[in-house]
Parts: sequence; C-alpha cells; structure tokens
Amino acid sequence: MSQPGLDLDTEHLLRDLAPQVLGSVVRRYRDFAACEDAVQEALLAAAQQWPRDGRPENPRGWLIQVASRRMVDQIRSDSARRQREHAAALDLGQVVAAASVESRADEDETLTLLFMCCHPSLTTASAVALTLRAVGGLTTAQIANAFLVPEATMAQRISRAKQTIRASGVGFDLPAARARGDRLETVRHVLYLIFNEGYTASVGPTLLRVDLSSEAIRLARAVQRLAPDDTEAAGLVALMILTDARRNARSGSAGELIPLQHQDRSRWDRAAIDEGVALLTATLGRGRVGPYQLQAAVAAVHDEAARYEDTDWPQIVALYTLLGRMYDNPMVALNRAIAIAMVQGPAAGLAILDTIAADGRLAGNHRLDAVRGHLLELAGERDGAVRHYLAAANRTTNTAERNYLLTQAATLRDAAPG
Amino acid sequence: MKYMLMMNTPGNGPYQIGSWPRQDIQAHIGHMIALNKKLRAAGEFVIAEGLSGPDQARLVRAGKDGAPVTDGVFPESKEFLAGYWVVDVDSPARAYQIAAEASAAPGPGGAPLNMAIEVREVMSGPPTDML
Repeated sequence: MSQPGLDLDTEHLLRDLAPQVLGSVVRRYRDFAACEDAVQEALLAAAQQWPRDGRPENPRGWLIQVASRRMVDQIRSDSARRQREHAAALDLGQVVAAASVESRADEDETLTLLFMCCHPSLTTASAVALTLRAVGGLTTAQIANAFLVPEATMAQRISRAKQTIRASGVGFDLPAARARGDRLETVRHVLYLIFNEGYTASVGPTLLRVDLSSEAIRLARAVQRLAPDDTEAAGLVALMILTDARRNARSGSAGELIPLQHQDRSRWDRAAIDEGVALLTATLGRGRVGPYQLQAAVAAVHDEAARYEDTDWPQIVALYTLLGRMYDNPMVALNRAIAIAMVQGPAAGLAILDTIAADGRLAGNHRLDAVRGHLLELAGERDGAVRHYLAAANRTTNTAERNYLLTQAATLRDAAPG
Repeated sequence: MKYMLMMNTPGNGPYQIGSWPRQDIQAHIGHMIALNKKLRAAGEFVIAEGLSGPDQARLVRAGKDGAPVTDGVFPESKEFLAGYWVVDVDSPARAYQIAAEASAAPGPGGAPLNMAIEVREVMSGPPTDML
C-alpha cells in the first residue's frame, strides 16, 4: 500500500493529517470537490518531496499551505471568480497561521468530513470510496486496487459522489444534535462494510491490496475518539478488533478457509483480544447497548474460549436472543439457531431453521443451506448434510467459501460406508 | 498481447466437482491456485475469475419496453463457461502453453481433465488519455 520511497511512518502521518487538512481548507474555500482534489495533490506532493528534502517542521501547516495554493491557483485561473482572488490570497496566510492552534476544531472537522462522506444521499459504494479517499487519505489508485476495479472506474465513482454532495446542497457543517445519532449510525455502517470487505477478501491471493480491515479499524478508532459519548462507536471498534484478532488463523497455506472449530487458537492475537475485551467491558453498561456491542460480546465469548469445546454457548444464545429482539434480521436468527443447536442439540437448531426458511427473507441465500448442512452433519444425517452443503456451494459467490463447502460435502461422502 | 482463456465445463447441471472425493477436489483447487500464483510471479496475470454455477445463470433480453426479460436455467446447453483468465504474454505460443496447463488440471482420481480451453486474443483499444 505504500508509495515507492515513502516510509510507513510518513505514510501514516500523511493519512492522519489528510482529514484535518481537508477540513481546514474546506472551511475557508467551501467548495468540497475542489478542495478534496487540492488536498490529494498536496498529499502527492508531500509523498514525492518529503523523502527527498526531509519532513517539514510543521507537516500539517505545509500541507494546508500547498493545498491552499492549489485552491488559489484554481480560483485565479477562473476568470469569473477573479474578484475573489485577492480575498482568497489573503485567506491563505490566516489558514496557515491558524493551523497550529486549532486541534479541537480539527477533530470536529474530521467528524464533519465523515458525516459528509457517509451522507445518506450517497450510494453505499460511493460513500465507501469517498470516505477512504477524503478521510482515509488513500489515493484513488490504492482504493481501486483494494476493490479490484480499474482506477478510471474508481476515479469516476469518487467524482460522481462529490457531484451528488454538491447537488444535494449538504453544507460543511455538523448536523443538528437531533440528527447526529442517525448520521453516526450511517458512519458506523460504512466503516463496518469497509472492514468486512477487507476481512472476507483476506482469504486467498491478495497481493498488493490495501489492507481495508486495518484502515477501517483506524477510522473507527477516530470516530470513537471524536464521539466518546457514543457507546456503539466503541462497540464497533471492539467488534473489529476482536474479529480481526483471529485473522491469521482463519485461512491455511493454500488460502483455504478454516472454520472457528478447527482454527489453531495459538495463532490468535492475544494482545488484540485483551484490548478488545477491555474496551467492551468499559463500554457495556455505560450507555445504550446496541447491535455492535452485542456482536462484539459474541466475538469476545469465542475469543476467550481456550478450545472450541470450551465455548460458552448458552452465553452466545443469550446474546443473539437480545440482538434478535433489537433487530429483526434473519441472519441473526440463523446464528442463534447454530448456538441453540450447540446447547440443546441439532434437532432444536433444525426446528428453528424451518421457521427461518418459512419466513422467506433468506430464500435462495446460501447461508441457510450451509447452516442446515452443518446441523444435519451434527445430527449424523450424512446424506442430507451432503445435499445441503452442495446446494450452498452452488449458491455462494465467494470462492474460498465454495471450496470449503465442496470439501465438507466430499469429506462426508468419502466417509460413507460402502 | 492479451489473451482470454475460457474454461468450459458440461452445462447439464451443477458443477461436477461437487461429486468428486475430497482429495481430488483439493488437488484440483491446488492446481488452479498454483497456476495463478505462477502467472502473477511471471507478470503475466491480468485477471482470473471463477463464475457461479450453470443453475444460477440467466439469459436476459430487453423486452418491448426495454425492461429486462430473464430466462434460465438451460439444461440443454452442452458447454458452459465456468471461469476465465486474461493473461498478458509475449506470444500466442505462450498463451497456448498456459491454456494447456489449465487444461491439465487434475480431476477424479488425479487424472488430468484435459478440458477444452478456448483461447481468444483480446482486441487492443485506442491509446487512452485517461488518468
């Protein structure tokens, strides 16, 4: 993910500064789309010049100055705006002078930027791309690479997202207190999607891909810091950390998927688990308990079991039951059915699957067949298990998961007597 | 020059790999992963994708009002595109060599499948000013 010649330390510094710089520049010049381009150019200039000439004493001031100059150049070249040239040039001095003292304002601006990039008027794909670029400080090429699409496609997606923001008239302001909760929810959702994109893609050959999971964690930590009163923001960070802690154990040398049951738990990241559990413990009971905290709690129960057999399944049933009450979602019901099967036996889990199937919302979804295959296997119903594993293998669109399901079916078939 | 290598499988039902023994499935997957790894290391890899099974496929045409009219499943089709590679190579001979390696992926009992791989040169576009 690094640019040639750029050390990791500098890259992280640039990416941390990106939203602060953009915030400062947008506040002066208002035009979000143009400012975002100017900041990207400033970041690229820094990536080229700093390794050669050394890092400036005030990196943020340097970036703001370069980006502001780009803005002034653009305004200057626009004859219709000639009148504003003088004022803009004057502004430049003020921006740079102010840059070193306004840390609190800059933090608010990072949050404002996140609200803007995750605006409800944008499609999810656009919000994800814009967030990674404007707040994450990634280049268009890096984002395109992460999603395996051509750079021109990603450039267009980002440019259209900016047009949508301009057309919707969203100002660069914090939303009213009343709307803040809803908007934070959208931000959390976008970050969660970025995390999952990185996590599911982390199986198989992923050379050259930006690590989206780490980026999502970095941004979620920023949100947690900026909205300390939001318990779900902390819950999201905990969920990401506790899930990511298992990353090294979840795929084998050939990229094959290894389910929780067969993972080598000594390869889990203990420090990450400790951090996630501590964060979750400090968060639960401090305010509103939401879906991210509950999912983090489930992840923590898994992470704290020394062996698969030691998993506290009754606790997981309780957590999914709570989650299901909060949030009527068939995927939650599916996870609850697995946990119930582990406590009361596969027949109880299978009975719940019938209810979920009758509900119809998961019709055609491969997860329903995969879970049914798993529970039938537990029940010793080999033929049925093979049939449902294969049905799931035919429907999944994830190669690693398909290979896993095919292998499960074959293993059962190979073991069949005669 | 770029070539598209298309791997076809029998189209009458779901992928047959679903009925193979575990060891053979793993050998087949291992062969494909190793091939892609080699192509990447050689700087020849452009893209490779596996496609979901025939039973998920739909034929789509525009109806009178331009709205999509879908049709599927096709039990009658003999051949079905299961996946493809695009490789960037120096010669057609090299593209054929890669195709042969894909063709020889092991099947049931570890014997090479020798599947037919259709090799087509990708037309080059006009020089682009983008980016």
